[in-house]
Amino acid sequence: MTEEAAVEARNAARYYGSGEATVKALDDVSLTIRKGEFFTLLGPSGCGKTTLLRLIAGFETPTEGQILLSGRDITDIPPNRRRVNTVFQSYALFPHLSVARNIAFGLEMLGQSRAEVGRRVEEMLDLVRLDRMADRKPAMLSGGQQQRVALARALAPAPEVLLLDEPLSALDLKLRKEMQLELKRLQTETGITFVFVTHDQEEALTMSDRIGVMRSGRLQQVGGPREIYNGPVNRFVADFIGETNFLKGMLEGGRVRLASGESLEVPGAAGQGEVTLAIRPEQIRITDDGPIEATLTQTVYFGTDTHCHLHLRDGTEIVARLQSPPSGEVGLTTGETLRLAPVPGAVQVLEGD
Amino acid sequence: MSDRTPPRPGPAPEPRRTGTDSGAPAQDRGRGETKGPDRGAPARGRGRAAQARPFNVTTMPGFATVAILAFVLLYVPIVTMVIYSFNASDSVALWGGFSTRWYAIAWENDFVQEATIRSLVIATSAAVIASTLATMAALGTTRRKRFRGQTLIYVMINQPLMVPEIVTAVALLIFFAAIKTATGYTGLAYLILAHSAFCVPFAYLPIRARLEGMDLTLERAAADLYATPFQTFRRITLPLMAPGIAAGAMLSFVISLDDVIITEFVKSAGQDTLPTYMLGQLRRAVTPEVNAISTALLVLTVLLLTAFFLLTRKRG
Repeated sequence: MTEEAAVEARNAARYYGSGEATVKALDDVSLTIRKGEFFTLLGPSGCGKTTLLRLIAGFETPTEGQILLSGRDITDIPPNRRRVNTVFQSYALFPHLSVARNIAFGLEMLGQSRAEVGRRVEEMLDLVRLDRMADRKPAMLSGGQQQRVALARALAPAPEVLLLDEPLSALDLKLRKEMQLELKRLQTETGITFVFVTHDQEEALTMSDRIGVMRSGRLQQVGGPREIYNGPVNRFVADFIGETNFLKGMLEGGRVRLASGESLEVPGAAGQGEVTLAIRPEQIRITDDGPIEATLTQTVYFGTDTHCHLHLRDGTEIVARLQSPPSGEVGLTTGETLRLAPVPGAVQVLEGD
Repeated sequence: MSDRTPPRPGPAPEPRRTGTDSGAPAQDRGRGETKGPDRGAPARGRGRAAQARPFNVTTMPGFATVAILAFVLLYVPIVTMVIYSFNASDSVALWGGFSTRWYAIAWENDFVQEATIRSLVIATSAAVIASTLATMAALGTTRRKRFRGQTLIYVMINQPLMVPEIVTAVALLIFFAAIKTATGYTGLAYLILAHSAFCVPFAYLPIRARLEGMDLTLERAAADLYATPFQTFRRITLPLMAPGIAAGAMLSFVISLDDVIITEFVKSAGQDTLPTYMLGQLRRAVTPEVNAISTALLVLTVLLLTAFFLLTRKRG
């Protein structure tokens, strides 16, 4: 991975409709995706992540702004003249062509010789482990195999950037986990820049070098998985990535007075006024000298973890996640009053509510 | 946000297990038994009990009678005609033993030969012209978002399905008569043009159905893989819509082959097609020759429609 830019969006915007009915699918997004990185666009449906992907692929043109590929402005260049390939959500394999002919399609369109195409198709079939399926039609393959053909077809022309539009959403959980590893392997082996679109935060965290979190057509935060998970810039990001407890309070000189009455020390928090604190469920400990009082309302056993649902004194509901002991019993009774303490450094201060 | 089409199905799902399956979890079986002694097959009965029995027309009194009567009316006359086409006697009504002589007589009849060739020329031309026009019309009306006036365009394309054929026939008679007087041309082109026109909707419907069932993402994928718009059309769109075009052409061919009304009005002297020749024969004396020709026409039509069915059945 280098600092060189593979894809750049400069104030890119895409509006649909006109006048009062204008929908801003993408609203003034500026973003740099580095060469060779696995970049994920993450957000709920309708957040603009697929729109941004389509702008990069060239299926749509931005209403405003520019798209750059390796520093070159490609805003007005049609998709067939961009060295960018896409893995579609529906795979979009050509049903009348065999697996090999599907993979060969892009190479043939680029005008490569028959020998070159043949060699590259072999290589690709090998890469996605489908060498024995070369002559089959896509309809004769399983979902996972179709997925791999779509990948091979898009990787065959060695594009500068590979775009992946929620490619794993149609697969079942086990296959999805396998494909996540496979994708990561392919990305590392080929060194091609991957731009991956998903609404699955776990997928984003496990596969990406960097993540761009989007909401309502706007980019919320860009950063590495740890940075996004541990330092969300706002409530939306904190809530969308993983589970989070939100506590309201007043910030006054390094301490926050919670709505439930207790005072919590928050190192590094400067300023004054109303704030929202975010604490991850796995970063709450139950200890006798904890600063926060809570009543246990329910425990839910998840195997590796046990989720404790708690009420604070002002009625705020929070969840603490404890690692299940070998016996499976965390030894707490419903209705019990407990004291909680956040793990040092685990409290995030978000501005406003 | 996401693409229009649902994702391709993966491998076929496992068939739903019934309670009698040896592999069904024991727990399930146990639960079925506790529900009561009156329930026979435990797990299988679940779905049946959940929904009220729908109205079923086949159990109504007289359904079978009506159905049989309908099928008798549909098929007995045709079967009779086919049988009598092998009649050795000169009469249409009296059976005189088995013979293929009426086929031989029809085959050697110069009028029949000429009319057959004319019919085939017209039907082939009309099928080619109509399916070409229909392909363009289908491409123009389906490869885009809904637009204002779309329904109006559908109605306009399908005009021949709505305007009574006799009205079109009279209109064409007057229209072509004017052209004939002006140009002096009296060839087959009038019939070919008239047939092409009324065949368009028959070609249009299967082609449009085929295009509508086609994933637009495929063309996007081709463009993504460096195909120019024309290459995309040539390599992806056209091959995928080909079965629809073939089906449309076949349907047009059959429709044209069968037409009497418009042909009767538009044809010039000596331009009988097979159906108009047969109509002319019936006006004079009815011989089993007509049965033989009809049977031959029936066989050809059934073959073409079978091919049409096979082409339209397979999707994707």
